[in-house]
Amino acid sequence: MSSHHPEQAAEQAADRLPEPAEDAPQEQPVARMGMFGARTTGDTSGYGGLVVRRRPKLSSERPYGGPEGAAEAGAFDAVADALESALPEFGDAVERVVADRGELTLHVRREHLVSVARALRDRPELRFELCSGVSGVHYPDDAGAELHAVYHLLSITHNRRIRLEASCPDADPHLPSLVEVYPTNDWHERETWDFFGIVFDGHPALTRIEMPDDWVGHPQRKDYPLGGIPVEYRGAEIPPPDERRSYV
Amino acid sequence: MSPSTKYTEYDAYAADDAAEGRVFDAGGQDWDRIVKEAADAGEERLVVNMGPQHPSTHGVLRLVLTLDGETVTDCRVGIGYLHTGIEKNMEFRTWTQGTTFCTRMDYLAPIFNETAYCLGVERLLGITDAIPERAQIIRVMMMELNRISSHLVAIATFGLELGATTVMLNGFIEREYTLDLFEEITGLRMNMAYVRPGGVAQDLPSGAMSKLQDYLDRMPKRFRALRKLMDDNPVYKARTVDVAYLDLTGCMALGITGPVLRSTGLPWDLRKSQPYCGYETYDFEVATQTTSDVYGRYLVRMKEMEESLRIVEQCVERLQTVKGPVMIQDKKIGWPAQLAIGADGMGNSPRHIAHIMGTSMEALIHHFKLVTEGFRVPAGQAYAAIESPRGELGVHVVSDGGTRPYRVHFRDPSFTNLQATPAMAEGGMVADVIAAVASIDPVMGGVDR
Repeated sequence: MSSHHPEQAAEQAADRLPEPAEDAPQEQPVARMGMFGARTTGDTSGYGGLVVRRRPKLSSERPYGGPEGAAEAGAFDAVADALESALPEFGDAVERVVADRGELTLHVRREHLVSVARALRDRPELRFELCSGVSGVHYPDDAGAELHAVYHLLSITHNRRIRLEASCPDADPHLPSLVEVYPTNDWHERETWDFFGIVFDGHPALTRIEMPDDWVGHPQRKDYPLGGIPVEYRGAEIPPPDERRSYV
Repeated sequence: MSPSTKYTEYDAYAADDAAEGRVFDAGGQDWDRIVKEAADAGEERLVVNMGPQHPSTHGVLRLVLTLDGETVTDCRVGIGYLHTGIEKNMEFRTWTQGTTFCTRMDYLAPIFNETAYCLGVERLLGITDAIPERAQIIRVMMMELNRISSHLVAIATFGLELGATTVMLNGFIEREYTLDLFEEITGLRMNMAYVRPGGVAQDLPSGAMSKLQDYLDRMPKRFRALRKLMDDNPVYKARTVDVAYLDLTGCMALGITGPVLRSTGLPWDLRKSQPYCGYETYDFEVATQTTSDVYGRYLVRMKEMEESLRIVEQCVERLQTVKGPVMIQDKKIGWPAQLAIGADGMGNSPRHIAHIMGTSMEALIHHFKLVTEGFRVPAGQAYAAIESPRGELGVHVVSDGGTRPYRVHFRDPSFTNLQATPAMAEGGMVADVIAAVASIDPVMGGVDR
């Protein structure tokens, strides 16, 4: 922290999250500091000392367990086994597997995303018929994989859920489109392009969906501010709220 | 208005004429002139912009229809007119404040938005099993009441769009009674922010149980009346039977859930298949139809309302015996929830106030930190899905370990289901587009978020 006031520094120290164990790989030690943009000692709310540490990348070992927990082999292991037998390139395609809070996440390399999704949909022992769309997440500190796309798949046949996560660097924001496997992702991928700027290669018509067609920038990214954007409406420009005329 | 301004001569589309063919501005009232112009032009193919200000498009939905006579040959859907940046805003508020935002997404089903979000947050916190039973019962009861009010609007507005004011009035009257219950219990008719991470905002007020009983006595008769009005109504059936067909394959490919999916015969209801909030302990049936058409979806909704009433009945019964807190007992998460209306009309917890203001400085500090800064949620991500009136409402919550969400994404069923409009409408008559959209029951607040 940049605080020079000893009293506040002590207060901030008391407010910090517990230090993680030394052996834990700490890739980016601090993910976020302060709240509501408070950076200086002028802040009296106590938010200024808030330090949020980045958690190391998780990776689970077998057994993955099931929705009830990872004590013994369960539904998640069945999914992983079936996918492994269906995909010869499994080791290549799946970067790591995370079983956390009763949910299974497969981190898939983008080159293999379509083949993984196709296997998950078509194999009788997998049968993830329904995709619940794409959710983008922006991790500016995750160098080389800033943009993540998260897919939640549902198997009605086996009554299971799993999550696929693919990532791409900010410098090359391309992911393969899953529309040919799950047509429902049409709008979801447009939304993720609109909000995060991830280009889904192979999408039939990747255009903005929520923001106006001529909008500049991708609003859900972490480097995009909340508010502060003048709005143009029929030729008239309306300034952002903090720049409007004040009546006080 | 200055005398030189003549709106009749205003032609905003003059520049587009050359690029896109002849453009007719149908914004005014002189329909005879427009029809004559269109006839003179002699074009077979007509592109019509339905919406975004068309009353039957459920808010601000824009449909671009290519018509050949009265047949729709091409249908494109434009959305985004009601985008409010709720997901972005939630990243700048505490986890508890998030309910106040997300309740405004799908404004016909606010309790569902809140519950889905709270289930996601609770899963991240790992406190799913620590939610008090009374809070779970109240959540289920509120959700089912909300399902009734939402389906009533779906059926009522659908009637209006087909030209039947009676259906609209009947549906909205009953919805008013449901909203009165919400007002009694939460203080607000809509956008209540009532369900909070850890439980609900406050316990039921003293008069609520008798009002709920009145409601339970009243509604079965009213549902029967609605059914009498609609079920065998030849006009209604002529507009809905075999219209906007979408079978199971189509639903799976397009990710359709909810009444539209159940009208194909698949009894997929998350309340049964992946229960949450204790739904496995309630006795109810999943409504299905096999016709895959608009009429089938209507029947599914009617049956669901009747089943919801059954669940509410069971909730009321349980609430009479199950007492106790309605908020998690973990003081690091739960806000005071045993509120009483004071002389100033504000809901306060007098005992809590006496405690923090009178006896314990630490409790005051703690309360201040909990309310202003909020609680921390361990880093990670979770997905929680519930069965909203329109289908699977999923929420993807990501935490970086802080007191604010790192990312919240809602998989709103209206958004996903609306993609089925072209599949339902193309090849049909232009009048059936209205029926198709109405049977999806999209709420644009949820679509655009």
